[in-house]
Amino acid sequence: MTIRVQTEDFDAGVELAAMRVASASVGAVVNFIGQVRDINGGDMVSTLTLEHYPGMTERSLEAIEAEARARWDIVSSLIIHRVGALQPLDQIVLVAVASAHRGEAFKACEFIMDYLKVQAPFWKKESTLVGERWVEAKTRDNDAQVRWKSKNN
Amino acid sequence: MNIKVLYFARIKESVNYSTEDIALPIDVDTVVALKEFLVKRGEVWADLFSGKQVVRVAINYELVDDIMALNEGDEVAFFPPVTGG
Repeated sequence: MTIRVQTEDFDAGVELAAMRVASASVGAVVNFIGQVRDINGGDMVSTLTLEHYPGMTERSLEAIEAEARARWDIVSSLIIHRVGALQPLDQIVLVAVASAHRGEAFKACEFIMDYLKVQAPFWKKESTLVGERWVEAKTRDNDAQVRWKSKNN
Repeated sequence: MNIKVLYFARIKESVNYSTEDIALPIDVDTVVALKEFLVKRGEVWADLFSGKQVVRVAINYELVDDIMALNEGDEVAFFPPVTGG
């Protein structure tokens, strides 16, 4: 179970290969990569700056990962989240889960992302031609998290 | 009681602080009382902490509700809803 909050980029291929070869009990590795889009709310985004709360961020991600492990049979998991100034096409986040079978890994990966979106203390600020603005939290992200509470996954 | 207060993102910019140490009066012993205490600082603080905006609160890295009690040495953080990922 690995959590990294960093300014540097990451190589998903290297990370996934490491999770795959770590154990022959791994039959599936599922991952999600989030990257910076060039247009948001109709405006061109030149820079996306990510702020976080050092200390609490790691604690929050650890708690989310622990909850995923309690729900599903996971061999290993990885969360890498970047902070600082990013440009369109830059990678923001990598979540990966390895398990014996694909069902567990798919669900756990989506669960971790959905919880990260509404619980982990990160904040995005966009620089556009019309100035800087903080990204607003979206109701649909809350909805995505809440559905895990009502389903028996 | 002495506590440390941190502000993040939009809230940090509004109040122009990222962190401050506050010596609280004896009757300010919950999050809701701390918010009322901060509201008295002026318009910017009143706008933030009188309920018009969604403000999340964490004590010692744990998200908490406004009724949570404060203790000596606590690290209290105020921040807007998160937008990572």
